This record gives sequence, C-alpha cells and structure tokens, in this order.
Amino acid sequence: MRHFDYARAESAQQAVAAHGSDREVSFLAGGTTLLDLVKLDVMQPDKIVDINGVSLDEIERLDDGRLRIGAMVTNTALARDRRVVEDYAVLSQALLAGASTQLRNKATTGGNVMQRVRCPYFRDGVSDCNKREPGSGCAAIGGVNRTVHAVLGTSDDCIATHPSDMCVAMIAIGATIEVQGPEGVREIDFADFHLLPGDTPAREHALEPGELITHVVLDAPLDGSRSGYLKLRDRQSYQFALASSAVIVQMDGNTITDARVAMGGVGTKPWRAPEVEAALKGKSASERLFAEAAKLAFENAIAYSQNGYKIPLGQQAIVRNLSDLTAA
Amino acid sequence: MSDKPQSIIGAGVPRIDGPDKLSGRANYAADNLPPNLAYGYGVFSTIASGKISQLSVDEARQMPGVIDIFHHSHFPSLYRTPSSFAQGNKVEETRLPFEDERVYYDGQFVALVVADTFENARAAARRVKVTYAADKAVANLDQGVEANGTQAGSGNHDRGDAASAFDSAAATIDATYRTPVETHNPMEMHASTAWWDNGDLTIFDASQGVVVARNALAKIFAIPPERITVHAPYIGSGFGSKLWTWPHAIATAAASRELGRPVQLVVPRQQMFTTTGHRPETRQRLRLATDDNGRLVSLRHESINTTSYTDQYVETCGSVTKSLYHCPNLTVSHETTQVNRGTPTSMRAPGAAPGLFALESAIDEMADAVGIDPVQFRLDNYAERDESKDLPFSSNHIVEATKRAADRFGWADRKPEVGSMKEGREIVGYGMAACNWEALKMACDARVSIRADGTAFASCATQDIGTGTYTIVAQAVSDVTGIPIDRITVKLGDSSYPDGPVSGGSWATATTLPAIAGAARNALDEMKRYATGSNGAFAGASSDDLEVADGGLRNADGKQVSFADILQAGRYGSADGEAHTEGADSKYSYRSFGAHFVEVRWDPGISRLRVARVVSAIDVGRVINETTARNQVEGAVVMGIGMGLFEATEYDERNARPVNNDYAEYVVPVHADQPEIDVILLDYPDLAFNEYGARGIGEIGVTGLAAAVANAVHHATGKRIRELPITLDKLMDDVPQVRSA
Ligand SMILES: Cc1cc2nc3c(=O)[nH]c(=O)nc-3n(C[C@H](O)[C@H](O)[C@H](O)COP(=O)(O)OP(=O)(O)OC[C@H]3O[C@@H](n4cnc5c(N)ncnc54)[C@H](O)[C@@H]3O)c2cc1C
Ligand code: SF4
Repeated sequence: MRHFDYARAESAQQAVAAHGSDREVSFLAGGTTLLDLVKLDVMQPDKIVDINGVSLDEIERLDDGRLRIGAMVTNTALARDRRVVEDYAVLSQALLAGASTQLRNKATTGGNVMQRVRCPYFRDGVSDCNKREPGSGCAAIGGVNRTVHAVLGTSDDCIATHPSDMCVAMIAIGATIEVQGPEGVREIDFADFHLLPGDTPAREHALEPGELITHVVLDAPLDGSRSGYLKLRDRQSYQFALASSAVIVQMDGNTITDARVAMGGVGTKPWRAPEVEAALKGKSASERLFAEAAKLAFENAIAYSQNGYKIPLGQQAIVRNLSDLTAA
Repeated sequence: MSDKPQSIIGAGVPRIDGPDKLSGRANYAADNLPPNLAYGYGVFSTIASGKISQLSVDEARQMPGVIDIFHHSHFPSLYRTPSSFAQGNKVEETRLPFEDERVYYDGQFVALVVADTFENARAAARRVKVTYAADKAVANLDQGVEANGTQAGSGNHDRGDAASAFDSAAATIDATYRTPVETHNPMEMHASTAWWDNGDLTIFDASQGVVVARNALAKIFAIPPERITVHAPYIGSGFGSKLWTWPHAIATAAASRELGRPVQLVVPRQQMFTTTGHRPETRQRLRLATDDNGRLVSLRHESINTTSYTDQYVETCGSVTKSLYHCPNLTVSHETTQVNRGTPTSMRAPGAAPGLFALESAIDEMADAVGIDPVQFRLDNYAERDESKDLPFSSNHIVEATKRAADRFGWADRKPEVGSMKEGREIVGYGMAACNWEALKMACDARVSIRADGTAFASCATQDIGTGTYTIVAQAVSDVTGIPIDRITVKLGDSSYPDGPVSGGSWATATTLPAIAGAARNALDEMKRYATGSNGAFAGASSDDLEVADGGLRNADGKQVSFADILQAGRYGSADGEAHTEGADSKYSYRSFGAHFVEVRWDPGISRLRVARVVSAIDVGRVINETTARNQVEGAVVMGIGMGLFEATEYDERNARPVNNDYAEYVVPVHADQPEIDVILLDYPDLAFNEYGARGIGEIGVTGLAAAVANAVHHATGKRIRELPITLDKLMDDVPQVRSA
C-alpha cells in the first residue's frame, strides 16, 4: 500500500475542508471499494478523509412524503428499514441482492452510489484502460467482457457496467442527491448523477472535486404501487448482475396506470428505460405487452464479443419482473 | 481386528483438530512470525512471453524498510531438482525462480522485494520498473496447436482395432468436448516462512507433501535432506495446488539464506492464478460405436491438454476410459500443446474430472443414439474386469451403486422425451453419470508411542489437508490399542517424522492407516515385553498369553494392568513402535466406483439453470469415518457443480493474461447454489487392498458430476453442451452476435 495522509472528520463541513481539492483525496466510508482498490494500487490517494465520524446515519421521512437517507446509512440498515421495506420494496430487494452480508454491513449509501466499475482490466493496474489511464485504450473491447460489461450506453472508449444494484432501484424510484461542497450545499437529480463514458470515461459522476454526498432523498412512493427487483446472474448469490430490473407498477384492475422501469448489469450507468414505461402506461397487462415493451429498451444496444446474450437476458429480467408484479 | 461390533473404525468421530481450527490456534504457514522476520513481496511479469529487457530497482531500493531486491541478475545460483516422482523430489515447475531473463507466462516472478513489513515490501515491489521485449503470446489451446502442434503425452493405451470396429459398427457417435482452465483457489494462500540456522533450513510451507518438499529443496540447495525440516501442520486446503513446491517457496528459502534472517512470502490471490499451477485446458475427441444390441464395440478417447513452455504436464483424461466399460477395441491417447501459461498441476481428480466429463457425456450421447435408457446402457456395458491391465478388480460394486442411486433418486419417473418434465415455469432434467477413481497406496512409515501417562502419540510425515487425516489416524491407534480418542495425540505435517505420503491421489487413508496400525501393534509388543520382563507386572509370563483390553494388558486369569502401570513399574516413559508398509501390489486392479444422479431445473423465461438435487452412491471400500467421508463426497459434489456450471479461468486471447483472477470474478458455487445432496456410502471393505479395506474418498466425488449435469441439461433443454462451464448464455436461443468489435 502506498503511504497517504489520514484525517478524520466529525462533520460534513470538516470533511469537505479536510479534503481540499488540490491533491488526490478520497473519502473513506465503508471502505469496501476504496481499500480494495488502494490495495490493488489502482486508486492511489495521497490523502484519505475518514467520514465514519460524521453523523449521517439517519433515515427520516420528510413532510412532503419523501425519504431522506444519510450517506453513512449502511446497506444492511437501509434494506431492513421498515419504511423502505413497506414503501420501496424494490430498494430493499436490490440491496439484499448485492454483495454479501459482511460487505453490506460495511457498505454505505454514499459509497454504493460512488462504487467503481468491476472491469478486470481496470482492476489489474496494467491493461489499457481509459478510465484508469485516460487515452490508453479500452482492453475490454475485444477482450473478456462477458459479465461486467454493458450493451447500453457504451462508447468506443469504455464499456464497463455501473455495478450497483441499489442505484438501479433508486433511479427507478426517482431521487435527489444532496451534496456538501466547499461553497455550500447543492442538489443533483439522481438521473443526472452518473455520467455516460463518452470520450471521458475517467469522469464518472457529477460531483466536483471535494464535494461530499450527504444524503440521498427518495421521491415519495407511487400511490398503491407494487415494486420488485429481479437480478439474474450465474450463481445465485454474491455476484454482480448479468442483467437486472427494478420495476414499479401502479395498476387499476388489469390496466397499468403508471410504471417505472430501470436496469442493471446492462448499462454503463444505472439505466432508466422511459421508452418501456411509455409503452406500458395505459395498457392492459399481458406477457405479450411486456415482451414488446422490453424490446424497446434494447433498440440501441451494442453486443460486444462475449456479452450479446445480455440483450435477450435484460429483456427477460424486465418481462418476468412485470409479470410477477402484475399477477393477481 | 476391525470387525468387532461398534468398532471405532467407521464411526463418525468428530475431527480432533476441530477445536484448534475453530479457536484460531491452528497454525498455518503464514501464522509463523519468528523474531526478526522480514517480508517478501513478488514482482510479477506483465507479459506472457518474451524477455526482460531492463529491470530497475533504483526507486524501489529507496523505499522505506526495503532490505534487498532479488531478480535474475541478483540471486544465488541454485540447482534444479531432477524432479523425480520415484525419488520423491518432484516439482511441477522445474525452472528455478529468476533463472534468467526469460518470461514464459504472465504472472511469473521477475523480482522479489524483501522489506521489514509486508506493506513496505508491497509498496516497494510496485516501484520496481521492468521493461520487456515481448513476443506474441500463445494464449490458449487452439493457438498452441496452431503455433506449436502437439507433443506426445503418456498413459496411452491401445487394444483391438478401434478404427475398423468403428467403421463397421451399427451405430456411432463422434464428438469433441472442451474443458477450460480451472484454478484450485484454496482459501489459504500459498505461503512460506523460512529461516536458516547454521546451515539448516526450517520452512513452514503450505504444502500437501512435506517429505517431497524437503527432498526437492535439498536438491535445489544441494544440501543433505537431513538439514531441512518442512512443516505443514495445517493447510487451508490445496486441491492439488500444494502437492509440489512452487517457485515462491524456493525464492523465500533462498532470500532467507542470503539475508541471514527469516523471510515470509504469501502469494497474492492474483498470482495463485499464474504461478502455483492450475487444471489445464483440454480438448477431447470421443468416438464410440455399438453393435445391434447396444454393446460398445469401439471406443476412442483422444485428448490434448495445454502445458507450459518449461515443463510437460499431461492431463490423463483417458485414464478411466481404459477400464470402465467392456470394449474390445479401444484407444486412449494423450497429447500436450505448449502455451504461455504457468505449468499446470493436478487438481482434485486430475485426468478423471475432465476425462469423465467427456466420456460420460459421450456415453449419454451414444445411449441416446441407440435409444436405450442411459442407466440401462451403462449397466449393459460396465466392465467386469480391468481389460486394460487384464486383471480382476479387487472389489467392484458399480452395478449396485448405480441401481441404488437410481432408486433413491427416482430415475424410474423420468420421462425420456427432452423437455417433457415441467414444474411451474421450470423444465426439469434428469441426468446421470458414472464416477471412478484409481485406488492408490504408497509406501509409508509411522511411529506410535504408548506413554506412561496412559496417552498415546502417533506421528507420520503426511499431512491433514482439511480432510480428516488427523482424526482417522487417531481412530486407527484407538482401534488397535483401545486407548480412547481423547487420549491420543496425532502429529503430522513435519518432515522429521517417519516418512509419509504426499496428501494426494486419495491415497492418504489407504497408505497411512496400515503403517499406523502396524506401529501401534509394534508398540503393544514392546509393552508386552516390558510387562513380562523382570519386575514387570506380568513378570515371567509369555507375551502370547497377554491380550490387550481396556487400555491395558490382561492375562488368562483376568488380571488386568493398565499401560500406565506397566510403564511406571519399569520406569519406562513409553512403549514405542515403528512400522513400514509397502505400496499396493499388482494382483488386482484397485479402483473405486460410483454413480451420480442429478436433477437440474431450467427456467427459460429468465435463463436460469440450477442443480436442484444430487444423489451419489459411492463404493470406496470401507468407510473409516462416516462424517469426514460423507463430507468429502458432498464437498466434491459441490466442486463438480462448480466445474459444471461456473468455473473457468478466462485468458485474454490477445496476450494470455488470466483476467478473472479473484474470488469475485472467478465464480465457484456459494451456499445459495447448493442442492439437496444425498450420499450413499456402500461400505464394502476391500481387504485385498489393505487390512482396513479402505480405498480413499477425496477425489472420486468430483468425477462424472459435470457430465451428469450436462446430461440432465440435455434432458431438460435438448442442448448438448460440450464445452464447460454450462453458463446460461450457452443455453439461450437467438443470442445476438457482436455488432461492434
Ligand atoms: C466482492 C464484492 C462484491 C460486491 N457485490 C456487489 C453487488 O452484487 N451489488 C452491488 O451493488 N455492489 C456490490 N459490491 C460493491 C459494494 O456495494 C460497494 O463496495 C459499497 O457499496 C461501497 O460502499 P462503501 O461505503 O464501502 O464505500 P467506500 O469504499 O468507502 O467508498 C467508495 C468510493 O466512494 C467515495 N465515497 C464514499 N462515501 C462518499 C460520500 N459520502 N461522498 C462522496 N464520496 C464518497 C469514496 O471516496 C470512494 O471513492 C461488491 C463489493 C465487493 C468488494
Ligand atoms: S471498459 Fe472501461 S474500465 Fe474497462 S478497460 Fe475499458 S475503459 Fe477501462
């Protein structure tokens, strides 16, 4: 491990102040992404600001019905929170489908939003990788890309999936990220937070240097809706999604009055599929409708050397989730 | 002797090393922290083929705590071991670390940094600058065959005329199967802690064979084996990867000698995919033919496996094919092809695991082709004697194993038509396969002492690799002496104990127990001599008149004296016995048999394949410990599921680098993947093999399992997947092909 400076912050302001922004600085939350990558020498911070002393571990219901989650709330605590289980089943399920119990006990809400890609060429510290070494190329294109590479939102410069399950549920629910910066606080729409790789894959999110996520605020739940998360993978636990879907549906009889659909494992960012939602709205639920709607999500998909199967698999994740949720 | 009622042999005695493992007292190689310990960390090649053109340690040398940095122009000159199995000095990779500037595989040691802490060593290792002159790497089997052709292997067999029998047969199949590289991935990393004292080397090594490691190191350092002690009291499993000494252990011992202080090296998980062996990739062509009655008349099994540029490792895929089925015309051949990967090595059931995937898939295809139920087809064709050796089997209950497992499984309910069994959204598939493994037995020495405090002590330089060897040795001592298990201390994993076998080949039980029992009997003879000597408790009596009973000796009159009292009376600390037993004879063909039955469930709507149920009936001779034996088969079944559905080390075909080289990306089964596993142990003692009638159980369970899965997948989906692992994408229809590069 490289030598780095270490500071402990007691408040968000302190954390941001301790961060500064001139050097390579990382906040330390659960450490399950950060320490892993530091040990691999892939992330090379000069300084680590430990935010475990910052009290951002509350979950509160706001007056407007939204749910405000502190950045340091662990994945386990969030998944088990009664309000989440009742109003946002999709989120609880997504969290519990992620990683392992030990990791979820350490992993935090802010850290999960900020987790890095699982692309092995990024992690090996050697291969060409535009994310790690801008301009070096992308070894995953034409390489081993069966599991953690995307078919949606890719570019010639990067095809890695955003690996989070939690974020897929959040983008389906709709959320706002609250940020503390050197200049004060600001809000970022969750949908705008993660960036497509384009020709700048090293830039992954909308935070400015030194900014700290303090909260994620979930939109109020859709009235009378049902929701669920379906994650498909090789083994039944402890693997990132090959394809997943987060679905929220509101029904009137057999008619879908509103729907939210997002996908994981297939996109370079948590992937909302508005075209699928539009195709579902106002229609009568049927397998055929689901299949037609799901197809729309992949119209612009690009298959790489080993991951073409994600195009049908992603559709299956949507269709099955919809049929389970709409079953009487 | 072991036929008395309620014998401790066969009982489910809990592992005697369990409490040490549970409480963290068990001492693994990297747990040893001798005073003044220095830590090594490797620098590993980032090309797979070529030469080091420049290696600069200037920056690294300035890093905090760095003691020295070894590499090809700064390393003591050592000697290669002849690497002979017979001489007991085998290694798999004969090239010495840092021998020259050549690079043969990605992840090869190119330098070793030694520093005062692990972290400092690692930090400095990353500052060693290496530039290479890279050649085009040969990245996989097909590229190897294309670039290098093949080299003849070993273990071939020919009888009759398979080609002409095939040409004139009633029905034939011709299919090619492929298995990928698998990496052993034991939990415990490979690790060595070494120090020298006046020219004597002590090394704690994660080793499945302390005696062979000692002998190999003796050759490498050109010193007598007596000057080396290799310790491996506990191993966090090995699955074969720790059978033979790898470069890191040699480098650690050499660095320690150069620096005059203890050195420890732990191989990082990533390099356990490169420099400590793997199961090689195979390509196997099977050609089978039957007559009008569905009897095999021709069987050809031709396999090629990848090996390294430095050594030839032959994966004997056809080892089982020679003798499992009756077939007058049969050819088995093995070839290798060189690729830029480290040297492969044995992985649990080497040869048989990939070989039976191919053979037992092909048998299923043949049964299908002639329209015979796959169980019936096997029952019709199983061999009655070993036709490759022209010897009878010592004991073979494969017919009973197959029938009992079929009954327990409910094979009779199987509807043969593909995809015809449905439950809800899932399609159910039933498949089965035979399993098979050679029963081996090596020469062995052992020592047993019965001590004045009434306890016993047994030692042997074999190892317990997590399988239960400590416990069954105690059972054997208890069986012979009557001393209860909790008063028996067993010491293994130390090369200074009497020579014991490598823990591999499933031969530990059959090899070690007769030697232990012999040593215990010799200790009892010594005890009787003490008892009958002058001043002895039975002074003047004849040893023949004394029998062993209740932790002591008893004469015909019923006088009973405990071992402790006999020894105390003579002021003896212990009565000791040693014994030497020989390897197996060649009067019979000794093999273990069994059958796996597997239920898979395929949910086509979400492309989910899972193994729902496994029934395995295993015929391994006598079962010594019901608990540990069952556990071996269950564990092997889990490993077989991994082999069938998940496991593959993926190499980038452009540069031969293993890509999915960690526990997250190299997928093995987890708890959520476990089916119901029902193990039937037949328990027929094979007394021609050894006095306990045990043949060993560590490997057989993994053989055939992947084929049983593949056969069940075919039954469910109609798809014959001939290339492992059977990942969901291989079962999906209409997968779009690459649109961009
Ligand atoms: C083996 C393994 C398997 C996994 N499997 C899954 C899976 O199946 N599904 C899944 O979704 N995830 C999975 N994960 C990822 C896991 O969810 C993330 O590692 C975790 O959520 C990160 O949270 P953390 O608190 O540990 O973050 P840290 O490691 O502490 O931080 C991660 C990054 O976020 C930054 N950061 C942390 N907090 C803040 C903040 N408040 N504001 C700004 N920046 C911040 C850090 O500086 C760092 O760059 C897996 C991880 C591992 C190691
Ligand atoms: S996919 Fe992205 S992260 Fe992976 S190698 Fe390419 S640029 Fe790097």
